[in-house]
Amino acid sequence: MAAAMTKDARRADATEARLAALALPKGGFTAPARADALARLRATGLPVRRDEYWRWTDPARLNADRPDEGAAFRVDRPIFEGRDKVRLVFEDGVFDAAASDDPALAGVEIARLSEADRADIHWAKAHYGALEAAGQSPVLRPFAALNTAAATEGLLIRVTGKAPRPLHISYRQSEKTSDVILHHVVRVEEGAALTLLETGTPGARANVVTEVDVAKDGQFHHIRPQGRAIDRVMVTHLFARVAEGATFKSFTLTTNGRFTRNEAVIHIAGDGATAHIAGAALGDGEDGPFHHDDTVFVTHDAVGCESRQVFKKVLKHGATGVFQGKILVRPGAQKTDGYQISQSLLLDDDSQFLAKPELEIYADDVKCSHGSTTGAIDETALFYLRSRGVAEEDAKALLILSFLADAIAEIEDAEIAADVVERLEDWLQRRRK
Amino acid sequence: MLEIKNLHVELEEGGKPILKGVNLTIEAGKVHAIMGPNGSGKSTLSYVLSGRDGYVVTDGSATLDGEELLEMEPEERAAAGLFLAFQYPVEIPGVGNMTFLRTAVNAQRKARGEAELSAGEFLKIVREKAKTLKIDAEMLKRPVNVGFSGGEKKRNEILQMAMLEPRMCILDETDSGLDVDAMKLVADGVNALRDPGRAFLVITHYQRLLDHIRPDVVHIMADGRIVKTGGPELALEVERNGYADILAEIA
Ligand SMILES: Nc1ncnc2c1ncn2[C@@H]1O[C@H](COP(=O)(O)OP(=O)(O)OP(=O)(O)O)[C@@H](O)[C@H]1O
Ligand SMILES: [Mg+2]
Repeated sequence: MAAAMTKDARRADATEARLAALALPKGGFTAPARADALARLRATGLPVRRDEYWRWTDPARLNADRPDEGAAFRVDRPIFEGRDKVRLVFEDGVFDAAASDDPALAGVEIARLSEADRADIHWAKAHYGALEAAGQSPVLRPFAALNTAAATEGLLIRVTGKAPRPLHISYRQSEKTSDVILHHVVRVEEGAALTLLETGTPGARANVVTEVDVAKDGQFHHIRPQGRAIDRVMVTHLFARVAEGATFKSFTLTTNGRFTRNEAVIHIAGDGATAHIAGAALGDGEDGPFHHDDTVFVTHDAVGCESRQVFKKVLKHGATGVFQGKILVRPGAQKTDGYQISQSLLLDDDSQFLAKPELEIYADDVKCSHGSTTGAIDETALFYLRSRGVAEEDAKALLILSFLADAIAEIEDAEIAADVVERLEDWLQRRRK
Repeated sequence: MLEIKNLHVELEEGGKPILKGVNLTIEAGKVHAIMGPNGSGKSTLSYVLSGRDGYVVTDGSATLDGEELLEMEPEERAAAGLFLAFQYPVEIPGVGNMTFLRTAVNAQRKARGEAELSAGEFLKIVREKAKTLKIDAEMLKRPVNVGFSGGEKKRNEILQMAMLEPRMCILDETDSGLDVDAMKLVADGVNALRDPGRAFLVITHYQRLLDHIRPDVVHIMADGRIVKTGGPELALEVERNGYADILAEIA
């Protein structure tokens, strides 16, 4: 008993130490949500490794009061350059107006959190922190609560029609020790549609929360090639609520990164809704440590909905991949079609993939499946390609792309998918030198 | 062109001997056929020639135009002009047939110091060749061999051969699983490639393919050796009487 109290006290101390290192914004309209999040965080504390949800990913780097000194960063090569889109740039978490396009061109309502939060009234008042708070049950997500309490910047995006072009949030890092907390709120109104591109490294250490509320028949497509900085440390939370007949699709590409934890919490709330979440992660420990964690929780809470989770990891030289994915089918969520696959391709014996796929079903008329595999390059296929004259390394690259294909297929726009494949090829190409 | 001398091969795992002294010489412009009972080592020969892992050459040599094949990587053998149409073509999900073909063609051109084909040039050639093999645009777009029927896979092998224009073509049971019309297509594909500078080694169980692709020489393989060599009539003999007589004769 005494030991437990000591541990709890230690957790509380660590949480206070983390909070003390932050300048908590005094919000305008977000003030109640921030106060609520802070209270929740104080009640539960930051996670520690012995917490079940963190047993494969040590949260120490996220808990530390500041990011590591001397983290190397790299200027990401641009992606989606040729696409018609509206780009908004954040450098080390600060909006860079000069480098950004005119937000008005996006055809959606956009406000910056830091500006909007001077007012007491805003459409986002009912949304900021709402999905995050709801997403704290049944599993705690303390870094998301921390984010709601402490976020200094972000975008508040309201989509009322079909956005004419994608909105592109482009992150850049220029400081070695930037510690960035961003919070975006997206509201896709009834029948509206938005494609959101999110690229780059927000900072040496980043905590990004994105709350996406898709109303009836709305559509939200999200494509997120994460920054390639070797030393970056990042935790992201994607909270989504998908209403009747609406579609939510998110794809994340991760190449490099010392520490990445991408959580997705999706609540399928209306009948006939669709939610897909996919990820492709590639890590080569020779470039620097690589630890990548996808933690996904999909809740079916309506009739006749479809969800897909497709996660692929390519790991080499001591890289670690983690997948924790759950499909929860609530009572009454009949005719649910739930699918989950997590796979790793280990390019050597040093790397590891840890997976915990879960299904929890409280309805009887559902179709749910999940699978998880770990494997090496298929020698027969490799020989087949080489026998056609393709050099071994090129053949391996093709087979890696082949392995990732199902995840990439989750990107609906062919041109955007082609850009993502190009980035992958580029990463594979550089591995060969 | 292809000269195999006293080739001995055993399995890497377990060391079981499979090829026990194969001797075979194929001249440019010729078509040789190999027939033989199941398990006699025909596919093993084709794999060893094309460089598949899992086999150990314990003795002998195999040269293509005087160059030792057995020391080359599989891709080097391909660039040197060797091609194997697989008995069981491999499915590669997520890699388009077209991408695969183009990668292969350009890899070989590059290895030989030739300029790569532009996308336009490549497309023109591939469409033309695919058409003669009745491979439609949709099949070209699909991932390599995924969801192809047995016969479609074999036709796809011949398409690859036609695109790569190898000098030494080995066909391992390309006729099995083909209907009569597809067999004709495949044979026409092979015949179209017949050329004084090119040779074929056709592994088959049936005379039928050899009606369309007239071989110059027929070999019988049994228990890891070529046990009999003759003209096209040898294939007819096998068709009529099976292998019993031939094997008894040499025993
Ligand atoms: N990788 C392997 N592992 C175990 N046995 C093998 C392997 N490869 C070949 N063999 C054995 O070697 C022998 C020759 O096989 P091979 O496939 O070359 O025969 P084949 O003449 O092509 O037969 P078929 O006419 O049935 O195609 C067989 O007994 C087979 O079981
Ligand atoms: Mg065989």
